[in-house]
Amino acid sequence: MSEMRFTKDHEWIKVEGDQGTVGISDYAQHALGDVVFVEVPEPGRTIAKGDEAAVVESVKAASEVYSPVSGTVTKGNQAIVDQPGLVNESAEDGAWFFKLTLSDPAELADLMDRAAYDAYLATLE
Amino acid sequence: MSDSHTPLLTVPLDALHRELGAKMVPFAGYSMPVQYPAGVLGEHLHTRASAGLFDVSHMGQVEIRGKDCARWLETLVPGDIIGLGLGKTRYTVFTNDQGGILDDLMVSKLADDHLFLVINAACKHEDFAHMQAAIGTQVEMRMITDRALVALQGPKAAEALGTLCPDALAMTFMTIRELDIAGIGCLATRSGYTGEDGWEISVPTDRAEELVRKLLALPGIMPAGLGARDSLRLEAGLCLYGSDIDTATTPVEAGLSWILGKRRRAEGGFPGDAIIQKQLAEGPSRLRVGIQPLGRAPARAHTEITDEAGNRLGEICSGGFGPSADRPVAMGYVPKDFAAQGTKLKLMVRGKALDAEVASLPFVPHRYFKG
Repeated sequence: MSEMRFTKDHEWIKVEGDQGTVGISDYAQHALGDVVFVEVPEPGRTIAKGDEAAVVESVKAASEVYSPVSGTVTKGNQAIVDQPGLVNESAEDGAWFFKLTLSDPAELADLMDRAAYDAYLATLE
Repeated sequence: MSDSHTPLLTVPLDALHRELGAKMVPFAGYSMPVQYPAGVLGEHLHTRASAGLFDVSHMGQVEIRGKDCARWLETLVPGDIIGLGLGKTRYTVFTNDQGGILDDLMVSKLADDHLFLVINAACKHEDFAHMQAAIGTQVEMRMITDRALVALQGPKAAEALGTLCPDALAMTFMTIRELDIAGIGCLATRSGYTGEDGWEISVPTDRAEELVRKLLALPGIMPAGLGARDSLRLEAGLCLYGSDIDTATTPVEAGLSWILGKRRRAEGGFPGDAIIQKQLAEGPSRLRVGIQPLGRAPARAHTEITDEAGNRLGEICSGGFGPSADRPVAMGYVPKDFAAQGTKLKLMVRGKALDAEVASLPFVPHRYFKG
């Protein structure tokens, strides 16, 4: 598995070949608070980089999850739909949101690695 | 009015909130705790199961004194204030000439010539100016700025407060009295805005932190922030000014006709009386109702409500996830023909028409102590 890369909107993606797995960062789940509702995309949906691909809601607010890259969705994570609280427990691991086939792997170059993301988070405080 | 250059005001408990790990956010010009480390969900559930302690010191506390002060206040609100008993508290609203709501408030009668009001933070200066302009020459009024206000809410509130102040237990819902709480002189109402039993306690600023530390040291009491306060009041079907009620909604449309006493309905004598009396007689064209989304997706404020054919009916005014209901809950305005319990509706959430129906309020039963 490749290293995790991050967006400024706090999504992460891990890529193996042309298969990507997308979730939200631990920082994002902490900022959201208790997650009570999740909506994930249907397999077969074509999304462009930056599109609203999924939804995550806490008691207080709804947020969109934007796709870090372009591609075609292959699977949504039903486990977090059934148990939204998993997003708080393992945001950067088991609680991924969706998997997709990348249409333009070159887009990955625009994303931050862990060190760059941590440096970015430090600017937000 | 606030602009980004105006520094936020702080409440007397600001340092304690930070010590407790609160996340502070701007609210109505104040830096306020929206949640503590337990989080909104945890604080909400704890308040329903045990007790939560909320700082509501940003709200306005006003005293009105003078002969006939109840009669003068009645010129601004549709509630029966003259008929309010000594030591009793009543929920009412300030109306404008169109019958719209300028603010909602609690009025308590300490004596025939002494009323105590609690008004919303975001409206308090306008409310005070409004009262001053209308009745300021007839009565003496003072914005109380040297007292904090905290709300202790939940089924374990009585047991806990009773250990510091047995007298508090003699109070019933919507009454007021002075209490000595562990040696601190307070003015308390047995009321709140969560649907639970509890007290709102007005305490001198210089004793506020001492009081709150004593309360938090009692078994079963957890600090709770504005986030939980909002989800609790929504489940309880209670209106939030600025969301569920405002200058464009009348008490009748808001489902608050019960706040109009029999005498006030008949006599009028408050701003917008003719419009409100007409709505009472003929029924309003639209009504605030409880709305139950049938799926798991919450519908937030301003979500469009349609009928089953897709015709626009109105908007959600408050909506979110109800932690105790364990499902999404909402309130919204619909035409009166769509206000009956069980009426099928659609909610337009992110471009999808989600199933919902009109539900009775509250979503979680009130548990006030009525003696």
